[in-house]
Amino acid sequence: MTEEALLKILETDARLSDQQIADRLGVSVAEVAAERATLEQEGRIVGYQTIVNDDGEGVSAFIEVKCTPERGGGFDRLAERISRFDEVRSCYLMSGGFDLLVQVDAADLLSVARFVSEKLASLPGVLSTATHFRLKTYKLNGLHFTEEPSHQRISVAP
Amino acid sequence: MDWNRTLSKQVVDLPRSGIREFFDLVTGSKDIISLGVGEPDFVTPWNIREAAISSLEKGHTTYTSNYGLESLRRAIARYVEGFFHVSYNPLCEILPTVGVSEAIDLALRCLINPGDEVLYHEPCYVSYAPSVLLAYGTPKAVETSIDDLFALNPAKLEAAITPRTKVLMLNFPTNPTGSIAPKETLEEIAKICIKHDLFVLTDEIYSELRYDGIEHTSIASLPGMKERTLLLHGFSKAFAMTGFRLGYACGPKELIEQMMKIHSYTMICPTITSQEAGIEALQNGVTAMQEMRDSYHRRRDYIVKRFNDMGMDCHLPGGAFYTFPSIKRFGISSKEFAMRLLKEQKVAGVPGTAFGACGEGYLRCCYATAFELLEAACDKMERFCASLN
Repeated sequence: MTEEALLKILETDARLSDQQIADRLGVSVAEVAAERATLEQEGRIVGYQTIVNDDGEGVSAFIEVKCTPERGGGFDRLAERISRFDEVRSCYLMSGGFDLLVQVDAADLLSVARFVSEKLASLPGVLSTATHFRLKTYKLNGLHFTEEPSHQRISVAP
Repeated sequence: MDWNRTLSKQVVDLPRSGIREFFDLVTGSKDIISLGVGEPDFVTPWNIREAAISSLEKGHTTYTSNYGLESLRRAIARYVEGFFHVSYNPLCEILPTVGVSEAIDLALRCLINPGDEVLYHEPCYVSYAPSVLLAYGTPKAVETSIDDLFALNPAKLEAAITPRTKVLMLNFPTNPTGSIAPKETLEEIAKICIKHDLFVLTDEIYSELRYDGIEHTSIASLPGMKERTLLLHGFSKAFAMTGFRLGYACGPKELIEQMMKIHSYTMICPTITSQEAGIEALQNGVTAMQEMRDSYHRRRDYIVKRFNDMGMDCHLPGGAFYTFPSIKRFGISSKEFAMRLLKEQKVAGVPGTAFGACGEGYLRCCYATAFELLEAACDKMERFCASLN
């Protein structure tokens, strides 16, 4: 069993038991359990979450952040600091016209505006921000949100 | 209207497919898990679908040559040479058809004079005998058994040959048994065909779907066989393209030319959309195909183990996506087993007899079904088998 095979299955359905995964990969339950434990300890598996369609609740914003890198630390320390806010769902260092892409979830537009102006933009090292609000999710983590009912095969065929 | 006088006797006398009868039963049932399908559970890979869409966008909505697009034939020639190790001239030895089924029909009509005998191994795909009958030939089944893992036994083949025998039809990996023919067996069969001057139609539609780690051998690649073999292949199973209805025949130009004649009068060509999608499949679809194959492989291992654990004797099939477990120890017929399994546990498998009389005592179960459905079907079948003990 390869690490990639186990991760591919878990990324598709993290609820599968070690027995079910063993059946799908044709290996023993003990091998699956051991590989999973190793991946968790190494930090390759960071956690197990549920993909929720939250388009109808609250607001989500993607904020482009330009900032000044620190001598010796680059963008890491500032990114870590931004990531610690509960409102921040994800945070990436990007190439291109800005440095950090920060996703923020909040109850309403005003809450996002307050977060940006009071917490994010005022951090030392942050030069500017540009906030984009999500209107609709089409696909997340490989899952389609607006899939039509799947086409059914005929149930008996030669 | 006097239908007795109006309809063709040849067609009226043609038996209905045994699978058809079962299909009517299953269609009337609700919430069943079907292991009775004969096609992949994957949707055609996106790049191939995209090529079809793009073909339509560009306004490619015309007929093509009766020989199909030359670019498709060149792609087929390259693929066949790489995979089967036989080279065919794309200009005169390859004919794209509407699935392998059309190619079988064309070939039989081109080869058979009334009364010529055609041998094929049973259990087999449901269309072989009817296609021979429609060409006014005489179909003759050579039974295979679990003793040979459902591969054709060369001695049994030779015993079935008569002075009227003209054609041998092969299908490895086999629908419905998943069996494969070892290279040594194919070599013996090839010698018999040369000795008795038989022509071979080899339907190798499942050839990419092999799980035994052994490279697929086509009888067409064996010495002295290319000139007497028509290799039939297509896109349906390996590339999950059943609905595109695209197959091809590769063989001697004398036969291909005659087949093209009927094809030009009856079918003209496969849709250009499918042909252009087929080119994409051959050029850029192999990785997706291998991923699908690996997925079938894991499902095969799972279902065969479960079947054996629940008391059905099930050999490990080397290819295709079918298992053919024996239900003989339960002391009821294949049909009764399938009917009761459907009624009592809502799981559909196809009675082995739908694929020939020697399929009695077996059930065809297709594992090209989502893993969680396979798990549920196996749990239900386990309860059913326990209730029979």
